[in-house]
Amino acid sequence: MIKIDEAVLEKAELLAKLKVDASERERTMNEMEKLLLYTEKLNEIDTEGVVPLSHGEPGEATLREDEVTNPDGKVQTLANVPELRNDCPVVPKTV
Amino acid sequence: MELLQMSVRAMSEKIKSKALSVKETVDALQMKLAEKEPMLGAFLTINDMQLEQRMDEVQKGIRSGRYAGPLAGVPIAIKDNICTKGLRTTCGSRMLERFVPAYDATVVQRLQDAGMIILGKTNMDEFAMGSTTETSAFRLTKNPWNMSHVPGGSSGGSCAAVAAGEVPLALGSDTGGSVRQPAAFCGVVGLKPTYGRVSRYGLVAYASSMDQIGPIGRTVADCRALYECVAGYDEKDATTVKREVTKSLGHEPNVEERIEKLKGMRFAVPKEYLGEGTREEVREAVKGAMKLLDRNGAVVEEISLPLAEYAVAAYYIIACAEASSNLSRFDGVKYGYRAEGAETLHEMYVKSRSEGFGEEVKRRILLGSFALSEGYYDAYYLKALKVRRLIREAFDKVFENYDCILTPTAPTTAPKFGTALKDPLLMYLQDADTVAVNLAGLPAISVPCGIDAEGLPIGLQLIGNAFCEETLFAAAEGYEELRGKFPTAWEQGRERL
Amino acid sequence: MAKKQYDTVIGLEVHIELSTETKIFCGCATKFGAMPNTQTCPVCTGMPGSLPVLNKKVVEAAIALGLATNSRISRRTIFDRKNYFYPDNPQNYQISQLYVPVCRDGFLEIENKSVRIHEMHMEEDAGKLVHDEAAGISLVDYNRSGVPLIEIVSEPDMETAEEVIAYLEKLRMLCLYLGISDCKLQEGSMRVDVNLSVKEAGSETLGTRTEMKNLNSFKAIARAIAAERERQIMRIESGQEVVQETRRWDDAEGVSYSMRSKEDSKDYRYFPEPDIPPVLIGREWIDGIRNRQPEFKEEKAARFTEEYGIPAYDADILTQSRHLATLFEETAKRSGLPKKTANWFMGELLRLLKESGKEPEELTFSPKHAADLIVAVEEGKINQANAKEVFAKVVEADVAPLSYMEQRGLMSLSDEGVLQAAVDEVLAEYPEIVEEYRSGKDKVFGFLVGQVMKKTKGKADPGTVNGLLRKNLSRFA
Repeated sequence: MIKIDEAVLEKAELLAKLKVDASERERTMNEMEKLLLYTEKLNEIDTEGVVPLSHGEPGEATLREDEVTNPDGKVQTLANVPELRNDCPVVPKTV
Repeated sequence: MELLQMSVRAMSEKIKSKALSVKETVDALQMKLAEKEPMLGAFLTINDMQLEQRMDEVQKGIRSGRYAGPLAGVPIAIKDNICTKGLRTTCGSRMLERFVPAYDATVVQRLQDAGMIILGKTNMDEFAMGSTTETSAFRLTKNPWNMSHVPGGSSGGSCAAVAAGEVPLALGSDTGGSVRQPAAFCGVVGLKPTYGRVSRYGLVAYASSMDQIGPIGRTVADCRALYECVAGYDEKDATTVKREVTKSLGHEPNVEERIEKLKGMRFAVPKEYLGEGTREEVREAVKGAMKLLDRNGAVVEEISLPLAEYAVAAYYIIACAEASSNLSRFDGVKYGYRAEGAETLHEMYVKSRSEGFGEEVKRRILLGSFALSEGYYDAYYLKALKVRRLIREAFDKVFENYDCILTPTAPTTAPKFGTALKDPLLMYLQDADTVAVNLAGLPAISVPCGIDAEGLPIGLQLIGNAFCEETLFAAAEGYEELRGKFPTAWEQGRERL
Repeated sequence: MAKKQYDTVIGLEVHIELSTETKIFCGCATKFGAMPNTQTCPVCTGMPGSLPVLNKKVVEAAIALGLATNSRISRRTIFDRKNYFYPDNPQNYQISQLYVPVCRDGFLEIENKSVRIHEMHMEEDAGKLVHDEAAGISLVDYNRSGVPLIEIVSEPDMETAEEVIAYLEKLRMLCLYLGISDCKLQEGSMRVDVNLSVKEAGSETLGTRTEMKNLNSFKAIARAIAAERERQIMRIESGQEVVQETRRWDDAEGVSYSMRSKEDSKDYRYFPEPDIPPVLIGREWIDGIRNRQPEFKEEKAARFTEEYGIPAYDADILTQSRHLATLFEETAKRSGLPKKTANWFMGELLRLLKESGKEPEELTFSPKHAADLIVAVEEGKINQANAKEVFAKVVEADVAPLSYMEQRGLMSLSDEGVLQAAVDEVLAEYPEIVEEYRSGKDKVFGFLVGQVMKKTKGKADPGTVNGLLRKNLSRFA
């Protein structure tokens, strides 16, 4: 039985790059726990030896040839960038 | 109104034969929009900027024979998670409030090539996460049958727009029922094609292994015409399959032909879908449909599909897991909302995402991140994938003996505003009738089959075997014929717009 | 000094950047040096709604390298998403392979041991960040985003820097021969992460390992291995623990730094990439690639020694580059003088390469031209000094040596009619020397030859002059 506490929530926040407000934390933890507890009903099913189905249709990937098909895409790439300098998106320094 | 009495093929014929101009058609719908939208709220963006030019282009294209197909000249609305070049695409989220795609989704390209005209982009639950369209960051969309009720979701805007007669056709997307359930709630027809049938290129992903774009129309034939326009292999989507899409004949089949096709067709009705969780009126309406089919030469048998009750649990784990990854690209760097005043990279990410996403989206991302994380992956995500396999196999088994599975589209009719979001688990459980289809990648269609005491429509869901859309259309059209003409929201006089 | 004896245990994770025309999941070009963000599209910039479509050539490169490293090729391989936030990674997940990689269980023979390869997988490269320290910002360029990579993960089977370098050289040579990557450490088309741990000599239990990044040369790799070994031993002997972490090597300082950050998690939440269905690799596809595999370096070197009778040392050098080896072989075949060809290649050609700072791959001369020159020398049509000059021209501009020699008057004079005149003049000018020769002073013959050469401005073919002089001198007698 899963228990969602502060530590678990913080880990999920770190992974998801999200921060739940202090006033919402209790409710969020309760809801997550309730939902996860519900999903634990899957344990009623014996899945020993069952191959997971990860893709939508059990087909085969179609591949492409190694041929340049795209023109210069700069204008399109930068069209929606919130902060731009020298034709590059800007982020707070990473090092 | 004459325009909305005819099928989309008939509308296109009129336009091609010059009995009706493109401009007249669009103008008529725009008047409808101007009249209804302030109350209905189905649209997020009206295509003002490009419309004049496009009408001109289409009119010329029809004249020159460039646009000669069955949908040439027909206007359409597009759900706002499908990218339209130069036309704002928000996904119902503050995160993408000002996002203008630089490219068209493949489906949009195809309907442009068919000479269709995009009237605008429709409201939806934020990133398609929700089943009432209430999680949209921008506005509420009302149910045209009763304005105090939701239209369903997440393609609520598309279904409401068709039901209210604002547009003859719309595209939605269906990850766990998001086309079928609002179609049922709004009394229109909605199809979720087989996974791999319709290109997802340009559809902003929610859960990639289950997302599928689907057509919405007033009748099965309308829905089918749009399906035939957008379906088929796309080299930009490696998950689409190279299988021929059967095109319907030039003429629309007559009543006899439609009913004839039902003869000997085998329908399975899983008893789990008609249990206690389903409201009495819905159950009765579905039973009515069963009787109707049975009396007209179809074989209708009750079966058991015991894994159905596990579908919601498996679905939410998988959908949230994929969503947590799909939505990580929204970080304030390349497009979308970016929080002010962040000092560090981490802070910028966290602030932009926490401020840009709504509650439901955040909840699902957190859940999905958890379900994939170290120590929980096997217990949650992998377990769900295994159950998914078993569900698919259970369906395969049913289709060894039956052509179609028949169920309600939703256990209830459209709820009132403000009731669904109070309890997320209860809300998720309302998807019980639709999610198994997405887990298994199968096609399914919702057709109106009744109206409850409050005057709200009830939907009948027909599920087909993979890539058997043809059978599904035949069954749905036959049923539609037996049922008789379904009223529209406005004819019903219930529409208080 | 360490109190005890320690063994070093090293495993490598090597990324090689493939030299395909386009990126791994979209049709954008991969050329170096383009203006920022020009080689981009919705797919490689993570636009909402975009979808990846796999480049067939990438799978073929992976299969070819798999076969060359004796690996098992997966008949069904799948891609996975590796989730982490970083601005050079536009989707904030990298499409890679974890659960079912394309190749597994290979090995490479180095010196006297075999290094096992755990697995090989395909993945996409990240974009580039340019830092503006003063402004406190970084700029993102997605031109490299989506360039295909193959990662080769070895087992921890190496113990010394020498073994590591031998393994890398071997791997590099395979890639160069397959033509799938140029494998340059300095330019980042080959990237090496060193996983290293130490354990007490003879102990069975492995110590905690660290991962070292930012190693841009073989020298840096050797230095980093020595330094990390020392660092870990110091910690162990001073009672501290070795922390499992990623460290960044600073080659200028000769030290490494921990790359940990409290805001990043190592929990990558890998899961199958739903946008790319399983890739099926059929027997026929594998066989087709197997049949097209090149002759690799060692086989080729052995065959050169055997077939052309050149020294093993020469064969080893000449096969360092597949292109150089091909040039040699073609030239040798055309000239019919393999040993002479080897001498020219080992001497002049390598010297010219070194001088110009070029790679063997950049050589563009045609073997026919090189062969023509080598034959001309053999036939005495040009002297050694002039031949070197012409050879340099052949290498530099691929000139046709015979017409070049003619135009520049570099041909040796071997026309007896022309030379007879010079011989006649010399014999007439030096009657006393002719006398000395006839009286048995054979030494003076050289002087006469020298005079003829002088008269022809050095162009006369010495062999022809010799014969002509002897004939004339005997006639006078």
